[in-house]
Amino acid sequence: MDNESLPARQNDIVRLENAYKIYPMGAEQVNALAGVTISFKQGSFWAIMGPSGSGKSTMMNIIGCLDHLSKGHYILQGHDVSNLDDNALSDIRLKYLGFIFQSFNLIPQLTVQKNIELPLYYLGWDAIESAKRAKELAAMVGLQGRLGHRPTELSGGQMQRVAIARALANDPQILLADEPTGNLDTATGEQILELLAELNRQGKTIIMVTHESYIAAYADKRLHMKDGVIDSIEGNGDEAK
Amino acid sequence: MKQNRFVRNILLGIENLLLHKLRSFLTMLGVVFGVGSVVAMLSVGEGASKEALEQIRKLGSNNIIISSIKSIDEEAASTAHSHMSIYGLTYEDHDRIAGTINTIKQTAPVKLIRKEARLMSRAMELRVVGTTPQWFELVKRPVLAGRILLDSDIRDKSAVTVLTEFGARKLLATENTIGQPLRIGGDYFEVVGIIKSESGQAGNIQIPDQQVDAYIPIDIARKYFGDIVTRRTSGGRERELVELHQIIIDVDNTDNVESTAVALEQLLNRFHKKKDYQISVPLALLKQAEATKRTFNIVLGSIAGISLLVGGIGIMNIMLASVTERTREIGIRRAIGAKRKQIIVQFLIETVVLSTLGGIVGLGVGVLIPMAITYFTEMPTVLTLLGVLLPLLISISIGIIFGLYPAINAARVDPIVALRHE
Repeated sequence: MDNESLPARQNDIVRLENAYKIYPMGAEQVNALAGVTISFKQGSFWAIMGPSGSGKSTMMNIIGCLDHLSKGHYILQGHDVSNLDDNALSDIRLKYLGFIFQSFNLIPQLTVQKNIELPLYYLGWDAIESAKRAKELAAMVGLQGRLGHRPTELSGGQMQRVAIARALANDPQILLADEPTGNLDTATGEQILELLAELNRQGKTIIMVTHESYIAAYADKRLHMKDGVIDSIEGNGDEAK
Repeated sequence: MKQNRFVRNILLGIENLLLHKLRSFLTMLGVVFGVGSVVAMLSVGEGASKEALEQIRKLGSNNIIISSIKSIDEEAASTAHSHMSIYGLTYEDHDRIAGTINTIKQTAPVKLIRKEARLMSRAMELRVVGTTPQWFELVKRPVLAGRILLDSDIRDKSAVTVLTEFGARKLLATENTIGQPLRIGGDYFEVVGIIKSESGQAGNIQIPDQQVDAYIPIDIARKYFGDIVTRRTSGGRERELVELHQIIIDVDNTDNVESTAVALEQLLNRFHKKKDYQISVPLALLKQAEATKRTFNIVLGSIAGISLLVGGIGIMNIMLASVTERTREIGIRRAIGAKRKQIIVQFLIETVVLSTLGGIVGLGVGVLIPMAITYFTEMPTVLTLLGVLLPLLISISIGIIFGLYPAINAARVDPIVALRHE
């Protein structure tokens, strides 16, 4: 990952330049992303909104290094990662990104501790250090004493806290949250959002997909997607373009 | 650090397998029986061939044995009244062989005569073997008491005999064996030694050493009993003149055995118009027996190998199902940053743990079966190191081979799709 000559501003942590994602659908082509250019500043809290099919999920997959752009560039922390291979993308996910999903996506047969330790396992941490870190993270998200439980023994809110702890294990720059409160009741959802807001105050860049405006209200900036392009941007600052 | 990680990988694999104990156990059974049958069959095969090989080896791999046989013409003529059959090896043959072929280290002429032996009130029919002291060097038998024939016996034309253990027991019963006068035919011999009996059938070679043999100096045999044997048959009398029944030859080097056999054939062919002798080469028999054993092992091994293959397919089947079942887990691991290679390793370790464990249990089963066979049927079985290590190695490789495809399938899972998988 050498520094490309593309004009990326210093504190842009994520930047998409004329990004296209094209899916062949029979004879036709669907542009899930149709030429998106946007920058996300370091330490910001964004909500990506839009109806289904607007391209918000595709954008999350691209930013999360789970998918490739068909055209255009994705610059992550000043490095163009558009054309990296699967191994390099896995490495980026492992070191720089943390994922929080709507359906939590914990591994059911593993204990809370093992779930939180998962990224550390792939980072090659040893067992003792991993256990120590898992304990710290569990305490931080309010799950002390639950380390030995299996996910099925936890409530939805607790499961999402485990997922957040796991997303934080590798101390990522960016947290990607895909409808993190979608499977939770309102009160629990608010607690989770508070937790995310707190993490943002501590310096994490957070990009969250949602279709509820009261949830999006927790973010500093709201990006509205429609038909694969940016519809509008709300909030303070001037990151668009 | 690397080592630690490998151990953790294995522990993770075992943990996952323990989540489905019954399924893992059933999957393992295929390999257990596969390895068990390979080990058992190899050891039974090895045991069966070992006995035959031992027998041939006793004849000496450096030895060549020439036996007198009645040619077909002679067989036909001997039915005629008062005809005398003259055939077989002669004293001249023996001297010629000993004198002309320089790869021969030593030779022993053998003359076989059936005679009744008596010792006081006990009597039995013996096979009298007239030979030289060289015989005892060529066909090694443990001496139980006294001594074997000596050169001085030949020189002094002493009427002495060496008995085999079995015959000695029957004739001498509890009496002091050595020094007893034994009457063979009409003459007395002094018993000077007892050697161990061996049942002497190996391949198609008759060893001149059956259970009731009496060894005497060959010159004495010739002088006392002559070369003509008369037998009463239904048609009247049958007379045969055979000078030597066998010549046992010791070749200086194993490499020269085959060429010596060829030279012997040429030499004898020149003086024998009829084919009234047969050359047996234990080495050739040994080679043949070993080839048979190899074939036997290959056949048994393949049958057992098929059951291993079936076991492997069972593992593959279950692992493919497991990959489908755990698609979401794979997606989570990939999203978190696991590389394809790491997913492959994870699943591969599970199958290898499964198949290796199956291999170890199967080894136990495979060792017990031959032991049971030997215990109940007294059939010999032999466990060789190869027979144990090979199936174990195969079971590990089966884990790798049959685990690879499901593991690659797992690694191919698209994390985006997998995360939506229910």
